[in-house]
Amino acid sequence: MRDYRHGRGKPRTGWEKNSQIQRRSLTCFNLGFTSTLFRPHQYRRLPPPVAAMPQGDYIERHRKLHGYRHDHFERKRKKEAREVHKRSAMAQKALGIKGKLFAKKRYAEKALMKKTLAMHEESSSRRKVDDDVHEGAVPAYLLDRDTTTRAKVLSNTIKQKRKEKAGKWEVPLPKVRPVAEDEMFKVIRTGKRKTKQWKRMVTKATFVGPSFTRKPPKYERFIRPSGLRFNKAHVTHPELKCTFNLEIIGVKKNPNGSMYTSLGVLTKGTIIEVNVSELGLVTPAGKVVWGKYAQVTNNPENDGCVNGVLLV
Amino acid sequence: MEVEVEAQQRDVNNVMCQLVDPEGTTLGPPMYLPQDVGPQQLQQMVNKLLSNEDKLPYTFYISDQELVVPLESYLQKNKVSVEKVLSIVYQPQAIFRIRPVNRCSATIAGHSEAVLSVAFSPDGKQLASGSGDTTVRLWDLSTQTPMFTCKGHKNWVLSIAWSPDGKHLVSGSKAGEIQCWDPLTGQPSGNPLVGHKKWITGISWEPVHLSSPCRRFVSSSKDGDARIWDVTLRRCVICLSGHTLAVTCVKWGGDGVIYTGSQDCTIKVWETSQGKLIRELKGHGHWVNSLALSTEYVLRTGAFDHTGKQYSSAEEMKQVALERYKKMKGNAPERLVSGSDDFTMFLWEPSVSKHPKTRMTGHQQLVNHVYFSPDGQWVASASFDKSVKLWNGITGKFVAAFRGHVGPVYQISWSADSRLLLSGSKDSTLKIWDIRTKKLKQDLPGHADEVFAVDWSPDGEKVASGGKDKVLKLWMG
Repeated sequence: MRDYRHGRGKPRTGWEKNSQIQRRSLTCFNLGFTSTLFRPHQYRRLPPPVAAMPQGDYIERHRKLHGYRHDHFERKRKKEAREVHKRSAMAQKALGIKGKLFAKKRYAEKALMKKTLAMHEESSSRRKVDDDVHEGAVPAYLLDRDTTTRAKVLSNTIKQKRKEKAGKWEVPLPKVRPVAEDEMFKVIRTGKRKTKQWKRMVTKATFVGPSFTRKPPKYERFIRPSGLRFNKAHVTHPELKCTFNLEIIGVKKNPNGSMYTSLGVLTKGTIIEVNVSELGLVTPAGKVVWGKYAQVTNNPENDGCVNGVLLV
Repeated sequence: MEVEVEAQQRDVNNVMCQLVDPEGTTLGPPMYLPQDVGPQQLQQMVNKLLSNEDKLPYTFYISDQELVVPLESYLQKNKVSVEKVLSIVYQPQAIFRIRPVNRCSATIAGHSEAVLSVAFSPDGKQLASGSGDTTVRLWDLSTQTPMFTCKGHKNWVLSIAWSPDGKHLVSGSKAGEIQCWDPLTGQPSGNPLVGHKKWITGISWEPVHLSSPCRRFVSSSKDGDARIWDVTLRRCVICLSGHTLAVTCVKWGGDGVIYTGSQDCTIKVWETSQGKLIRELKGHGHWVNSLALSTEYVLRTGAFDHTGKQYSSAEEMKQVALERYKKMKGNAPERLVSGSDDFTMFLWEPSVSKHPKTRMTGHQQLVNHVYFSPDGQWVASASFDKSVKLWNGITGKFVAAFRGHVGPVYQISWSADSRLLLSGSKDSTLKIWDIRTKKLKQDLPGHADEVFAVDWSPDGEKVASGGKDKVLKLWMG
């Protein structure tokens, strides 16, 4: 960018000369400006030149003295108008980490913009007072209360039991990718000469109950690494549309086989039982429901957490 | 010689006793009673001293504990000094006894939305319910079928109230209009009464002993006003404005004053001829949710009592109601209990002082509903902390906590003899509690969802409950 401050394009050295140059430049620069600014007493008003004065406020100073350049605002407008095109060109050309960083920044900007727009929209738009009848009537003593935590009484515990007997489940993820044994287990070579190959390490996330006691390590066939053990899951209630961090009670069924079920392997599609006592669900007889089934919807070994959907 | 020894022994076994009524006034002089005296003998004595014509049952309390054994064993058990005067509090009991309900006699579907309020008529012969489907329904109790569907409201019917003479039924809706119905035909009597700008939170009728036939009632609304309406003039007579926030509860007292509790943490007492503010009761730290009067039950039922007698003329009704009211109230002032969002309750005597008599603390969540027992001896409170608590209605002392519900308790209702308490909860059950043993008497599961409204009929035969599962359930003993 060219510097319009000093029309000469001459390099400047020190402040001693500045005032002189400036004075000269002022004189020759001021062709198109109003002469009111250019009265002699204003010279005397100039701040005394200081050696440590930063270079940067020439523009400001000049503007104070002479006002803006005659084409300043137009140039500014044009530059701003050009900016989007420049950015888009940059966005299209940027590759690799730069592109990623740029995209991320842009995404954040856009999200913020959308949010503010929506906020303005909401504050300005006029809504009609709704006097139509809504569903979900509540008595007068509950009308002013916050009802976001209202959990529906789920009357399907019996249904759930029946389904359990039939062994059939209508689940959010009906099909899962079969996991081969050599993906599930890693062979561990043991023995003094590392010739024995009967030990297996589970490479997936597992749930190990609190009462689990290890066998003597020498005879333990399956190793469930403690780094991949989980005892809590983020479970979403599909009707309440909110997620709770609930304790896992047990693994009900792993679709890949009963052995994985008994090992407590958590893969995508596994049915787990979670402790829902803090949700306050109640059976029709007024008893608190505390265990409910949920299906794992992510790959816990990749994500480092267990996410799931409650089966209702 | 032998006779003398015997007499001496008897002397040693006597104990100085003083009979006291619940308010603290003594009955007769202190007297020496032999220690083998039990509640039965004491009962005879009280009946004699009060010169009651028909013998009333009484219970006896020594330092807030019920006396069920002869004095001797009580004294030994509790190691009470025999040298002091032992004051025995006697409390009259209802002569009739209400059977606890234990089964669901009918599940009546009809409403297409949640049932928000249920009310028996003062004589217990009729039942009305208001629902979220904008209708009020009247039910036939003998056949347990729907009788009338009263359409006319624009929004959810939040509160309903029977006039104490049973001739009118009024209902208030979420749209703020009040409708008056004729319970015999199920037809609206005239257009809706408009005036409130927001939903109606409570309705209370003028007691029948003050004016008969019933004409005036008061309604409270979310918009911060309470309004007195006249059924015959069909308009708002007085607007009681002064609360800065929503009025949550309104009660028309037996002395002809109106009590309103509000979300601005105050309770206001209004005079009813001109609508002037008489008193302001301050003390609560959060919303006032519910008010209860010691005479509430007798005001609600008016002239009707357990005998099921019907009255032909309004004058007669007024006379009987006044008699009942006076008998119930005795010479103590009317007491008021308020339950609040600050988890506490206050016991007031608004006609005596503007300061609370007692503060009743103990609940761990907001108190949603308070209710005086029909004889005024007890106060029950329903709270969101899943418990129902029982308090002494005169001193405000804590008596017992009834735990058993697994969800917030929404509403409670007393049986007419004050021996049983009914509670309905979010956990979809109703429970009946025995006041004498302070234990759960009956668990009534059956609703498929939250129970919003419960009512025990004044004649004690039936219990009605309604909730989110859209059905009305009738329970019987």
